[in-house]
Amino acid sequence: MSGLTWGGSMVGKTNPDAKLGYAGSKRGRDGEDLKSEDDLPSSVVIQLSAAKSGDDDTDTTNADDDENAFPPIDVPIDTNTTQLEALVNNLLNGDDEDEKKKTQTTPYAFYLSRVSPSGEAVEDIEIATSLMDAIKRANVLAAQSSSGASPISTEAVIKITYQPLAVFRVRPVTRCTDTMPGHTDAVLFVSFSGNGKNLASGGGDTTVRFWDVNTCLPKHTCPGHRNHILCLAWSPDTTKLASADKNGVVIIWDPTTGKMIGSPIKAHSKWITSIAWEPMHRNKLCERLVTSSKDNLVKIWNVRTQRVIATMSGHSDSVECCKWGGEGLIYTGSRDRTIKVWGAEGPNNGDVGKLVKTLTGHGHRVNALALSCDYVCRTGPFDHTGTAPADVDAAFAKAKERYEEVKSQGPERLVSGSDDFTLFYWHPRESKKPIKRLTGHQQAVCSISFSPDARHFASASFDKKIKVWDGRNGNFVATLTGHVGAVYQVAWSSDSRYLVTASKDSTAKLWQVSDYKKAKETLPGHADEVYALDWSPNGSAVATGSKDRTIKIWKH
Amino acid sequence: MPQHEHMERHRKLHGRRMDAEERERKKEARSAHKRSEFAQKVHGIRAKLYNEKRFKEKAAMRKTIAEHNERDNKHSNDDAVADGAVPAYLLDREGVSRAKVLSNTVKQKRKEKAGKWDVPIPKVKPVADDEMFKQLKSGKKQNKAWKRMVTKVTFVGENFTRKAPKYERFIRPTGLRMKRAHITHPELKATFHLDIIGVKKNPSSSLYTNLGVITKGTVIEVNVSDLGLVTTTGKVVWGKFAQVTNNPELDGCINGVLLV
Repeated sequence: MSGLTWGGSMVGKTNPDAKLGYAGSKRGRDGEDLKSEDDLPSSVVIQLSAAKSGDDDTDTTNADDDENAFPPIDVPIDTNTTQLEALVNNLLNGDDEDEKKKTQTTPYAFYLSRVSPSGEAVEDIEIATSLMDAIKRANVLAAQSSSGASPISTEAVIKITYQPLAVFRVRPVTRCTDTMPGHTDAVLFVSFSGNGKNLASGGGDTTVRFWDVNTCLPKHTCPGHRNHILCLAWSPDTTKLASADKNGVVIIWDPTTGKMIGSPIKAHSKWITSIAWEPMHRNKLCERLVTSSKDNLVKIWNVRTQRVIATMSGHSDSVECCKWGGEGLIYTGSRDRTIKVWGAEGPNNGDVGKLVKTLTGHGHRVNALALSCDYVCRTGPFDHTGTAPADVDAAFAKAKERYEEVKSQGPERLVSGSDDFTLFYWHPRESKKPIKRLTGHQQAVCSISFSPDARHFASASFDKKIKVWDGRNGNFVATLTGHVGAVYQVAWSSDSRYLVTASKDSTAKLWQVSDYKKAKETLPGHADEVYALDWSPNGSAVATGSKDRTIKIWKH
Repeated sequence: MPQHEHMERHRKLHGRRMDAEERERKKEARSAHKRSEFAQKVHGIRAKLYNEKRFKEKAAMRKTIAEHNERDNKHSNDDAVADGAVPAYLLDREGVSRAKVLSNTVKQKRKEKAGKWDVPIPKVKPVADDEMFKQLKSGKKQNKAWKRMVTKVTFVGENFTRKAPKYERFIRPTGLRMKRAHITHPELKATFHLDIIGVKKNPSSSLYTNLGVITKGTVIEVNVSDLGLVTTTGKVVWGKFAQVTNNPELDGCINGVLLV
């Protein structure tokens, strides 16, 4: 679809001599159909503006003040998202001299702004298929009146915000290309490196294994641990891999040689539940990581000196999850029902490991945390192509640039999932009060994952369901049903258009974001529960690790 | 004190008594009694000296015993890795059964094709017709004897409708009809009360299979949808075979083992 068709339909001060009305032929063709629809006019006036998430409700109300807003445009009501996309692309780049820029099209997501009868902004709804459908849905919601929004008036200017989507597309995985045997016990963790060029796995047989992603053959087998390996984490510059086991030992590995860096660190007295590296945009050396353990402690380590930098002992029960945020804060969720926020850097010596906030609200143990910047912190300097920057400084600059881009879309958002079957949505930097409590799951929430563009997040639960929520305000979007066993893990594709889930029922399932009705693909083949799951950041493959001791690679 | 090794010399020249070992053993066995007799009798400074000596002996003995036991002592072995590895998010969760509940359908299908079953009870005593059936007299004068009544437990499907009495050769008494069975899962080590779906095979005769007779060793199909078993393709298994392990007609209930 070329954007040029729309040139004549623009109404407003920037195009004073444009033809009024609609120049295309669509309305005439579909005129009969439209009349039979309930009292919606055949065309409406819309005003497009770029979305700013986070404080999403404030700027869309006064679009007149907004410099980003385009002048109002008259469009047919059955305009679909592809046509809106073409319109925005044309408005943004149409009068650009650069011919290359003119022809390139960026996909967008569109949201319909709503207001309450008193004029306050209400959460907007996504335009999934066409403008007409969205207006109808908004009116249905308004009729229910629980949301407090007034119906959309087709007489007034309808305000629509748009948000760019990933320019690249990840092809959905459909088949198993390789089964990689080697582990002699259940595979508990698989992880792609940030550039998608390495795959590491760990399991009950106490070895860390590195796999060649291209040939799907084993590269290095690394013995060293003496108990089940529970978690792995790649450093953002992909030069190191940290593995942690059930005895509380952390080992750092060199993925190129498969050798240990330094010696095993006896980090905790009980098992380690998760590891997180410091994001590259905060520290170009990539030498600090945080571990959380069953022994109630959280520790920050310097892997170069192999020394503990800070020990955080505020939790009164097992710490289940830790995340290193993009703003120099560490988030930990614990079985003592709290989430604690710790400082990870600062000018003074005592600033590292200082308790900043305690987020309370959950009624049972906190199982999982997810941050809106998780993906960009994980991949660091690598974009979807996985090309490496020239040197450390270039990588640092790139990581910083990528993070700034994500940060511009809104503040850091945190979602926590718990055994009390609910999720909480926080803005942990601003407030210690939850923004929203998300209910709907019928059993404990096991895993949460933000999509790379942070527009959505998905929560997997033992009740066999996956729920997708709006990443900008925590609204419920959809429930994905199809698994017949507890869902253990959820992972997003790097373009945020697909998600894949691993379940106890020995399958993984692929879901498409635009169609939540049914799983797009079922990935069968494992002979037992699927414990581990990861989607390569360069989008080429999905790896699943199972209790049947094999790792399977799924590709398009 | 002997001036020479005359004892050894004598032994070399003439050999030992035939019962020498026996006497030595007996003397050794008696020595505890002898020592005890002495210990009880002795007093004064000799007793003191004797007790001191005996205490040292006993301490040395305890030490040697401990040394010998070292081999069998259980050490906390760091190298041994417990099996049953689970990921961090499943560690330490109560109420989650970690038993293996997956069925290997491929194996089961292969077995089915071959028609051979590696079953818990491989050999079954055949049941003869005269044990299985009781003759019923019919007709106005009770002089016809073509009707048979099944004397064992039967399973009669939901959709069974009786034929006219004229054509009904086999009667399955309602008192001996059963719909549910106690089935044990051999790996979960748990027993469930499950609905019977059908009789797959009665080893005695195909006629019994058709009639739905359940005797010891019969393979029945049961509804396991509540157990949450899944196939490798992620579908819930609902029908699964089980073998009857008791004599239902004697016990009044059906017990069986799931074939996995």
